Amino acid sequence: MDRAYDVLIIGAGVIGCSAARELSRYCLSLCVLEKGPDICMETSNRNSAVLHAGYNNTPGSAMARFCVEGNRSFDRTAEELDIPYRRTGKLVVGFTEDDRKALGRLKEQGEKNGIQGMKLAGRDFIRQKAPLIRGEFALWSPTTAILNPFEFTFGMAENAAENGVEFFCGREVTGIRLEEDGIYTVTAGNGVFRSRWIVNCAGLGSDKIASMLGIDGYTLHPCRGEYFVLDKKLKDTLPLPVYPVPNYKTGGLGIHLTPTLEGNILVGPSTEYIRNRGDYATSRRIMELLIRDGSRIYPYLKRENLIRSFAGIRPKLSSKEEGGYHDFVIERRADIAPHAVNLVGIESPGLTSAVPIAREIVRLIEEAEELKPNPRFNPIRRRFPSFRDKSREEQEKMIRENPDYGEIICRCETITRAEVLHAIHGVLGAGTVTGVKYRCRAMMGRCQGGYCQTRITELLMKEKGISPEELIYERQGSYLFTGEVREK
Amino acid sequence: MSLIKKQAVIIGGGPGGLAAAAELKKKGIDDLLILEREHWLGGILRQCIHDGFGLSRFGCSLSGPEYAGRFVEEVRRLGIPAETDTTVIGLDSHRTVIAVSRKGLARYQAEAVILAMGCRERTRGALAIPGERPSGVFTAGTAQAYMNLKNKSIGRRAVILGSGDIGMIMARRLTLEGVKVEAVFEIQPYASGLPRNIEQCLKDYGIPLYLSHTVTDIKGAGRLEAVEVSRVDQRLQPIPGTEKIYPCDTLILSVGLIPENELSRMAGIEMDPRTKGAVVDEFYQTSVPGIFAAGNVLHVHDLVDFVSLEAERLADSAADYLRGKRIPARIPVSAGGEIGYTVPQHITGTRDVTLSFRPRHPLRDSWVEIRQGERCLLRKKYPRLLPAVMENIALPVSRLISDSEIKVVTVNE
Repeated sequence: MDRAYDVLIIGAGVIGCSAARELSRYCLSLCVLEKGPDICMETSNRNSAVLHAGYNNTPGSAMARFCVEGNRSFDRTAEELDIPYRRTGKLVVGFTEDDRKALGRLKEQGEKNGIQGMKLAGRDFIRQKAPLIRGEFALWSPTTAILNPFEFTFGMAENAAENGVEFFCGREVTGIRLEEDGIYTVTAGNGVFRSRWIVNCAGLGSDKIASMLGIDGYTLHPCRGEYFVLDKKLKDTLPLPVYPVPNYKTGGLGIHLTPTLEGNILVGPSTEYIRNRGDYATSRRIMELLIRDGSRIYPYLKRENLIRSFAGIRPKLSSKEEGGYHDFVIERRADIAPHAVNLVGIESPGLTSAVPIAREIVRLIEEAEELKPNPRFNPIRRRFPSFRDKSREEQEKMIRENPDYGEIICRCETITRAEVLHAIHGVLGAGTVTGVKYRCRAMMGRCQGGYCQTRITELLMKEKGISPEELIYERQGSYLFTGEVREK
Repeated sequence: MSLIKKQAVIIGGGPGGLAAAAELKKKGIDDLLILEREHWLGGILRQCIHDGFGLSRFGCSLSGPEYAGRFVEEVRRLGIPAETDTTVIGLDSHRTVIAVSRKGLARYQAEAVILAMGCRERTRGALAIPGERPSGVFTAGTAQAYMNLKNKSIGRRAVILGSGDIGMIMARRLTLEGVKVEAVFEIQPYASGLPRNIEQCLKDYGIPLYLSHTVTDIKGAGRLEAVEVSRVDQRLQPIPGTEKIYPCDTLILSVGLIPENELSRMAGIEMDPRTKGAVVDEFYQTSVPGIFAAGNVLHVHDLVDFVSLEAERLADSAADYLRGKRIPARIPVSAGGEIGYTVPQHITGTRDVTLSFRPRHPLRDSWVEIRQGERCLLRKKYPRLLPAVMENIALPVSRLISDSEIKVVTVNE
């Protein structure tokens, strides 16, 4: 039997990766098990990509506390990890007198949560901030930011890996047993892992993992949200996220519009409680709904500007009947599982709260044992330089130093061979086609890989030394090729 | 980065760019450069290994690589330089071209820029086809590239959405490689590809074509497992109750081509929302003086022969332009009635021109008129007009009566 880890984290979404990084600040042997073929594949990469201010959450709740703290402390995290983000601020817009009152209550709630700088405004202010947006009243929050959720998750994971955390993908946990020596034995994929501590960051699977830990009573209610993505040519029409007045009862914040850092616009998400937690399907009915609702505040929603649609699934603890938000569960059940930290129902604002939640995990472990700081911990991670956003002079220099920068693979997003190769060979490099996409943006543009997918699959097979049949597009079983047309 | 002066820079080394380059050279324009992002010249033709190319241009049937090969050879014989593995990433209204390759960045100052970037395929995302996101959904061109250039088998049982030419050609290609092609589904009540492809690619192989049908759901968490197909009504909306499940591991999309005009937009060139290409005059000059466009980047053509022929006409007028001949094109040309678009969108009124157009939907025994104000300059009867078939109509200068707008319209008798 292999040696036991000090802490084993289940789930490599934004929470698991953040936990891995925070824990790597201490002298601990750590590993992360992920069921998917890659990290950051579920809720963490399928959301509105917004760093929330924290006014939507009930004062005194863990959600409110961690969200506000996550927003406030993000500048430092972003600096350490080289995560691009922009504090655009955000508008919540309304049309009626009732909306105006609701916005007033939202502002009060935000102030109770300790958010500064919010203000209620009218049409002129909306015009000034977002000239093309419709609305009579607005709540302005200056601290809301947009970020790239993949970059955030990959950044923390890479930094954790550089600080010694081991990541294992394709390892779905199917059994957890507490041995007599107080060590957990975890069966995952074809392997068995041993660890003194377990941290449940399993997102959509966290209720099941909780049961495996002996903590019963949690049932998640998967709630799907569909989005669509608009072409970059509309970049200048939306400078900041714009939300409608929320109706929490639905389970979401309402269909809103968010610019992405790269210049696309996201429209969504819907709120639809579903049975199957792996069902990322989109539907015609919801698409129509998104267009209808989105058009109320943003008049440029045309089908011809659509480049993609996608869905994310919220791991909600509140059922459809209950509606609204149940607070995050982040606990150490000393009675049942004293060496496990159990997280269930980490939905929005989980992305914003990821770092404070990870600190809470550390605190809960420290309740039981003293943690020794890791003197070799390096908080700094740098992104691989991208070609597209550099000046011509810098671009020339980059090509001189590395000619792979002179080979454009993805035309729509101007992604070079150097960046694709780094996506494959960097720390926690990609082994799947979409893994390359999320790491370097190739195939994310308007042609959706029409030009570059054939080159990227070829590079992946060559660099990874895998056969056509072994190549995976995204999820388990998503093979692209059934072989070769002609024997060579 | 030094500035290299050129008489003409041609962006794109496919059939349009190659034909334009060769013709320019023959017209005595020597200082030319072709910029091509791929490793080889020939563009998309390299993967079109079926025959049927060249009937108009060469009077014989060639495969895509053979057709491209003729132009590549000619370009070589004429000594026209071409930089391959070179992607243009910048173009401005002063005709400064920025190109990137492993050698570095190059900046060209061209007297004339020829846009010949071709087109790209519409995707599942653009159509918002609902359902899951399995692998096994390919655009027809990507599937063709995998099979014909990369030697990859892409599945065993296929359904084809869209009756575009590439989709039908892939239906045949897949069948020849032992893939079971269940059917081709077309949302419109008529086929969008050429009649000859319906005969040679579908009927000859017993592949059914269902009009007024579309894919309404995609199933499969990993690899594609099935598609749901529904009939659509006259407004192209799926009719509930008509759903049928087709098990398959491959879905090929042949749902339209879009001119690739990112560089044109970068240069501030005026675009036509109907063609999705530049607005041009009879010399194929765009709204930016000295920048010309022809081929699929201007409007999507049915046959590569027409791309080459159009590019050659462009080259003739670009050569005149480079010798200082400038005639303003002040007469607007537009489409009306059942006509979808016309190219060019402006003419000078100083010489005979050919107007290209397509109908919005199929028409029988239809009159097409060219009008100026209330006056009909020319009329022609067409027994059959199809959106899949681009028509050309010659307009002699002698017919013009003024400098006012010209309209190409259908008339109901």
